[in-house]
Amino acid sequence: MACIEARGLRKSFGSTIALDGVDLRVEEGRILGIIGPNGAGKTTALNAMLGLTAYQGELRVLGRDPGSERDQLMRDVCFISDVAVLPRWARVSQLLDYVAGVHPRFDRAKAEAFLGKTSIRLRSKVRELSKGMVTQLHLALVMAIDARLLVLDEPTLGLDILFRKQFYDSLLNDYFDRSRTIVVTTHQVEEIEHVLTDLMFMNRGRIVFQSRMDDFESRYVEVMVHPEKAAAARALKPVHERQVFGGSILLFDGVDREQLAALGEVRTPSIADLFVAVLGQQSEQAQGASR
Amino acid sequence: MSTPSNAISESVQAQSVAPAVFPATRAFYWSVRRELWENRSIYIAPLAVAAVALFAFSMSAIAGIWEKALRLDVTHASDVVTQPYDMAAGLLMLTGIIVSVFYCLDALHSERRDRSILFWKSLPVSDVTTVLAKVSIPLVVLPLLLYAIIVAMQGIMLLLSSFILWGTGQSVAELWAKLSFFRMSMLTIYHIFTAHALWPLPIYCWLLLVSGWARRATFLWAVLPLVAIGGVELIVFRTWHFAGLVGSRLIGAAPAFDSPDNMFPSGPMTHIAAGTFLGSAGLWGGLVVSAVFLVAAVRLRRYQAPI
Repeated sequence: MACIEARGLRKSFGSTIALDGVDLRVEEGRILGIIGPNGAGKTTALNAMLGLTAYQGELRVLGRDPGSERDQLMRDVCFISDVAVLPRWARVSQLLDYVAGVHPRFDRAKAEAFLGKTSIRLRSKVRELSKGMVTQLHLALVMAIDARLLVLDEPTLGLDILFRKQFYDSLLNDYFDRSRTIVVTTHQVEEIEHVLTDLMFMNRGRIVFQSRMDDFESRYVEVMVHPEKAAAARALKPVHERQVFGGSILLFDGVDREQLAALGEVRTPSIADLFVAVLGQQSEQAQGASR
Repeated sequence: MSTPSNAISESVQAQSVAPAVFPATRAFYWSVRRELWENRSIYIAPLAVAAVALFAFSMSAIAGIWEKALRLDVTHASDVVTQPYDMAAGLLMLTGIIVSVFYCLDALHSERRDRSILFWKSLPVSDVTTVLAKVSIPLVVLPLLLYAIIVAMQGIMLLLSSFILWGTGQSVAELWAKLSFFRMSMLTIYHIFTAHALWPLPIYCWLLLVSGWARRATFLWAVLPLVAIGGVELIVFRTWHFAGLVGSRLIGAAPAFDSPDNMFPSGPMTHIAAGTFLGSAGLWGGLVVSAVFLVAAVRLRRYQAPI
């Protein structure tokens, strides 16, 4: 069964179209990263999946309709939407009590063990904690829930690099076990690159690219081309080209790696590079269409 | 990292240990606890007012010793003896109204203002449970709390008076005869639940609805429509019916007693009129209006985002 299945998902805020017909299928056990510029519709898409916003179109999450069955859905789904949403007046112990009180799949001992590794004390109030500690606390609560789907929307925004690294390390080592599904959006692409199994780009309310990470690595090649071989390289139709000090870097889609190796230094592009290339192509096409 | 088969057997074990579904009452109970954690004024305000009332009463009683126990003179008519008890209880009921109004105006607003709604909604608690937990504060929790505090406060007052009477050689028995403590406490709970919980419920539900709808200035949004309706009525018909209606709801002028002059729990002439109250169109009309506001508040919270 697909964990998330969406067909023709639409949503507009006044005249702004946030989701413009999104079709999506996420299988169980995947870690999907959704990348996109601000206003691409990532958060709206996630909010629709979590029953936080109204939408048009078909959407099933774990076989349920998130709009009308949010409370039942949340027995199997966890999410961290934005940083620092824990109530500032609450004590850490109160939050543990509350989640243990309302969530049948919450393992309090696990949460306390995780908190034991941090400097967060149970007596502390959330308002006394730093932004990074609040995120750690939220992660401790979420990781102690035996959920089937975890949705993370910019969970580490504004945190320093140590916290961000710890966050994804704990997530992978202590939480992910292939029976769970994780969907994550972030601007810090390079930090989740090695974590993902699936990749999706969004722009202007549409999915503009999706791939499995294995496919991505075999399909896309980036070549640092010497200036004298640039013309030969361009003949192979790179999808993107950028100038760097001492030459140009060309990005190829589905071109033989050995053939490219003759032209210069070959490597697998980063997600950020591919993202720039895909969005660049998009805006060119848009301009071409408007002419 | 465990293998998929391990993970499946682990999760099956986890499910067999913990029930996959909790009864709905459990989420409700914890939601009420959450309200009390967040809004400590619900119990601090009445406790503080009770402490002040007790202090004032002891001052008055002690001062009365030198006035030949004038204020505690049990040969006075009953209403003079019982007056301080009514005043103290009335003070707490007034506190209850103020606490309820401010609580309801903030209840569905603060979770959006501090963005914590994104946390609450990530847990398996329905919007119905959340809104019902919030309305239960002015409808059930605060009335019970007020009742307990009033009885405790009046109990201390009675002991203090008895002690002073005994010390100054007056009849303690006469005081206890004029002030039937048990009867008074029974009338108090009836008074609180009829006049200060069920009767003003439409007001509280209206405030809850506005707190879930308004992005800012909840007080203005709650009050201005009422002022507008009252103003239109005044200009067009030159009457005050709407203002009177809202005011009587708020102060708890419920038809719960046989005479508006005898509604104080300590008054020996007070007779409850539960039948009249339960049969009054005002009660049921108010409950219907409250239900409409609550349904609207629940529907609103479903897709409500932080502000």
